[in-house]
Amino acid sequence: MGDIASLILKRLGLGLITLLIISIIIFFMVELLPGDIAQAVLGQGATEENLAALREQMGLNDPAILRYFQWLGGALTGDFGESVVTGERVSAVISDRFVNTLFLAAYAAVIAVPFAITLGVIVALLRNTLFDRVANVLTLTSISSPEFFLGYILILYLAVKAQMFPAIASLSGDLSLGELLNRTFLPALTLVLVVTAHMMRMTRAAIINLLASPYIEMARLKGTPPWKVIVRHALPNAWAPIINVVALNLAYLITGVVLVEVVFVYPGIGQSLVDAVSKRDFPVVQACCLIFAATFILLNLAADVGAILTNPRLRHPK
Amino acid sequence: MTDTSAIAPGLKKQVLLEIKDLKIEGYTGETWVPIIKGVDLTLHRGEVMGLIGESGAGKSTIGAAAMGYARDGTRIVEGSSIEFDGIELTTSTEADKRALRGSRIAYVAQSAAASFNPAHKLIDQHTEAPLQYRIQKRVEAQEDAIQLYERLRLPNPEEIGFRYPHQVSGGQLQRAMTAMAMSCRPDLIIFDEPTTALDVTTQIEVLAAIRDIVDQFNTAAIYITHDLAVVAQMADTIKVLLKGEEVEEAPTEEMLKSPKEDYTKSLWAVRSFERPQKERPKNATPLISVQNVDASYTGGAKVLDDVSFDIHEGMTVAVVGESGSGKSTTARVITGLLPPSNGQVLFKGEPLPPKYTDRTKDQLRQAQMIYQMADTALNPKVRISEIIGRPAQFYSGLKGTALKSRVDELLDLIELEPSKYYDRFPPELSGGQKQRIGIARALAAEPSFIICDEVTSALDQLVAEGILKLLDRLQKELNLAYMFITHDLATVRAIADEVVVMQHGKVVEQGPKTEMFTPPHHPYTDLLLSSVPEMDPNWLTTLLEERGVDNVGESANV
Amino acid sequence: MGLFVILYFAFLIIASCLAAFYEKRGVFMMLFSLTLVSFILGIVGGAGALRFIAIAAAVLAFAAGISYAFKEFLVIIAPRNTSKELKTAPLTAAFGMFVIFTYAIAGIFAPWIAPHGESEVISSAFAPADANMLLGADQLGRDMFSRIIYGARNTVGLALLATLAAFLMGALAGLLAAVKGGWFDQFMGRFADVIMSIPSLIFALLMLSIFGPQIGVIIVAVAIIYAPRVFRLTRAVAGNVVVMDYIEAAKLRGEGDWYLIRKEILPNSTAPLVAEFGLEFCFVFLLVAGLSFLGLGIQPPTADWGSMVRENATLISFGDITPLIPAAAIALLTVAVNFVVDWMLWRSSGLKEQ
Repeated sequence: MGDIASLILKRLGLGLITLLIISIIIFFMVELLPGDIAQAVLGQGATEENLAALREQMGLNDPAILRYFQWLGGALTGDFGESVVTGERVSAVISDRFVNTLFLAAYAAVIAVPFAITLGVIVALLRNTLFDRVANVLTLTSISSPEFFLGYILILYLAVKAQMFPAIASLSGDLSLGELLNRTFLPALTLVLVVTAHMMRMTRAAIINLLASPYIEMARLKGTPPWKVIVRHALPNAWAPIINVVALNLAYLITGVVLVEVVFVYPGIGQSLVDAVSKRDFPVVQACCLIFAATFILLNLAADVGAILTNPRLRHPK
Repeated sequence: MTDTSAIAPGLKKQVLLEIKDLKIEGYTGETWVPIIKGVDLTLHRGEVMGLIGESGAGKSTIGAAAMGYARDGTRIVEGSSIEFDGIELTTSTEADKRALRGSRIAYVAQSAAASFNPAHKLIDQHTEAPLQYRIQKRVEAQEDAIQLYERLRLPNPEEIGFRYPHQVSGGQLQRAMTAMAMSCRPDLIIFDEPTTALDVTTQIEVLAAIRDIVDQFNTAAIYITHDLAVVAQMADTIKVLLKGEEVEEAPTEEMLKSPKEDYTKSLWAVRSFERPQKERPKNATPLISVQNVDASYTGGAKVLDDVSFDIHEGMTVAVVGESGSGKSTTARVITGLLPPSNGQVLFKGEPLPPKYTDRTKDQLRQAQMIYQMADTALNPKVRISEIIGRPAQFYSGLKGTALKSRVDELLDLIELEPSKYYDRFPPELSGGQKQRIGIARALAAEPSFIICDEVTSALDQLVAEGILKLLDRLQKELNLAYMFITHDLATVRAIADEVVVMQHGKVVEQGPKTEMFTPPHHPYTDLLLSSVPEMDPNWLTTLLEERGVDNVGESANV
Repeated sequence: MGLFVILYFAFLIIASCLAAFYEKRGVFMMLFSLTLVSFILGIVGGAGALRFIAIAAAVLAFAAGISYAFKEFLVIIAPRNTSKELKTAPLTAAFGMFVIFTYAIAGIFAPWIAPHGESEVISSAFAPADANMLLGADQLGRDMFSRIIYGARNTVGLALLATLAAFLMGALAGLLAAVKGGWFDQFMGRFADVIMSIPSLIFALLMLSIFGPQIGVIIVAVAIIYAPRVFRLTRAVAGNVVVMDYIEAAKLRGEGDWYLIRKEILPNSTAPLVAEFGLEFCFVFLLVAGLSFLGLGIQPPTADWGSMVRENATLISFGDITPLIPAAAIALLTVAVNFVVDWMLWRSSGLKEQ
């Protein structure tokens, strides 16, 4: 088992280093700003005194390295500083919204993952049939559509015309779970449509790849019935690719969620990011970017660790 | 099995498998093209039939078809008939066919390492079929498996089944797969090149084990291979295939003694070429001198350990050994692809820079290489004229008509019609032609020394012979020195002046060819020499009698 | 039961019978199952549902017809080698090529095709469609149709430029890494991993927030984000070629890196690289569209599909599909490119198996 532990530790270490480098990129990119942050926030017309005051307030007179470590230390304890536009604590603005975003992503994932993997396996088994071709065309179409296109179609038909679900996903204080699920159904469905298509295609490719292995042919030539070929011979080896597909797509959800939140005016972290970008509210931008990137890296990390854990060659070393 | 007298002539034999007018087509993305063009085959109970032919002859396809199985992208054409023990497989349902597989017809694949499921223990895969067909309970099936392992002379039969495939060596896996095929005591086993991926010394124990077990249970078998000497040991009858058609079929002895068809004769006749051995020139500086070379790949263990040998002008040195013995690595050290960690390579007494990037154009020009796989050695997207012309242009600065006439000259030298091949691309040529282009590219640099890395092992015997003769002629005309890397002792006999035997990265023995082929040998040389199958159908039997079954292959004391 | 319903079922049943008679099993199964499904749909959804099916089928048939005709057209005008390959193209790929062709025409000849100027205000805001304005007016009273035509030039052109930039950087780095190997290869690989572990949209937003939404910034940002992906693929493709003996032979001859890349590696990796270009274009196109939808892409008054969706989004709540048209234009082009890429990938993988 020593092999596995050291492999996983190595992978975790690598993830940590990546995260560190990314925090450096996010922080120092803002330093590349023509002029400095104070200048960017206050605009061209700002007086010298105002600029100096803001610089003092933001601690811009300290060297960049020092400020980076202060920022990183704060970020680790959940403190991302103050918004330069509203003056609120960034953490206060973001934390609730982050929970909302996670809820939306989880909602979509709970529907999409089992659905997509089942469909992907079925399509792989029925490969080169009419059903497979139709599924191929449909998933390609779904992948190719921008999230806002799917979102507006759903709003048009399910909210405006059929009046089944609300078009705008506003969340107020206390909603029952049913009500909450109903209100967020359309954004979740949009995400499901995109992610399912991606996931189905990847699952199909992974399974087909697997079914071409000599040991699957051997199982067939041993007279193993088709369902047993899948369950006993293909599935135990399919975990790693499937885990990978799931993690990749959950990571994809994170990017998709930004556009969907804007379409449905959903109070999530994606919205705050877009607002902050257009208002050039850098502390908020940095905080959001770091959170998104960290989630993304963690998911990829989880996939790699999962793949290591399910690899029979590593589980039973020589 | 090879003991043909065991099947008394005239005794009425029961037909087990009868294939009539088998036609199989493969899909190329546009159309269905025929792969098998009407083959008949009759196999009796307890009979072993060898199917031989070069790659692309359709041997494996016929093997799968004998189980009523068409691989993805192939189909059995209507009108073909495959009758197994009275059951017509082409018309029976998928479920009926499945019921035969594993229980009455079993399959042993070429690569055991890839054909065992990495996620399950060997014994669980072994007992799958008996449990599926409810022939045995799990415990019984496991006991039976252990017995079979014992019969196949696997080490630790009690325990080996409870390992995962990646924990077992290639030769052992191949025997475990044979045991698995035996699990339901089938009437027929298809062996699809079961020893091709193995080394000669490992091959022999697998061959012995397979032959024994098939004999003991009187199982009929179809043995597919491209190696004549192997099939001579294993089969009662031999069927020769060429491009999806049968050439001829005859009992083994008869086939070896008096083949009828020209193609078959050509297969048998090839090992006749042998050129006279040359002596080392006295007191001359060797052209290439490898001195005390150690080498390892980044971070790995030593692959070469104190390797030294000389190659003299105009002579052929054959370097022999099994895979992993370090013979190709030695070539990489000489060419400078792998700088040695210790020792040096001298060219005409002058040390060569260890890395090829530090060598001068002239030093690079002197040593050329010809590769095993002509397919990967020639860029498929470059015209023949440029493949051959580039070295001439690069080293000698030839241009325009001078370059063209040089290319023509080189094509003449390798016996290919210049006007016909000048503008063609490698994929349009046959294997032998490609290998000739590879030789021409090496010659274009006007070298004094050529490394030939298994140049004939991917080729048909007859074509291989042509290449050997060509290399011999070129050596005489251009006074070339060859380093001939090979595992095929017949090739060594044909062309070598001196032999270097390598094992585990060390030189075990070296000397002139005649000395190397006359005893006494180093024990490893002896093992290597004796493990190479010979055309004599009694070779394996005799060898096993001489050595005893427990002293071959991995278990041999070296 | 209206005349339409009777004709509808009569057509399906006669067609199924004909298919069965001529032993076209696949066609028959499709038609007859459609008939059975129609029975149920007809009962549940009434004639409206059937009409929807009929329209959908007609649109599909129309698309299939035009794809087929376009494919035959290409087969005839293309040189011999190309036309042989085109013959194997499925209808979806032909459809894709047709759409790409149409977009190219629209983009290149936009000023001649569009009836009105790009930012010309010609009527009141959100004016409905009439003979003059095929798709009505947008939120400022500009002609929607003209702006969509101009959008083909602006949006697609920007995405194309950005993809080209990403591709040049990524492919060059990938080829060099494959040839050089060693620490350069290692370093580039790690570097690409780091860039790729930031979600693309997030990274783009970060850069745009700092440097402002200008066309130059967008192109550079997209190139930085996608170059690592191209690098990885090129490295993998070239990696398969680099291990070939003919590369070793060329290296031992003393050839330089540039010769290896140009003469030995590139000719053997064009097919996957072209497919990858198509694929990357789709990603880039969707990213750029997403950015302009968020108001951070091409700035007004330049016509751009993403921002057109955003600007007209309010119409959705009145049940008007106008804002969906530019979105559909984005989707259609991406689908088209994906169809062609899908075929090319299938073809190159099929060739490998032989």
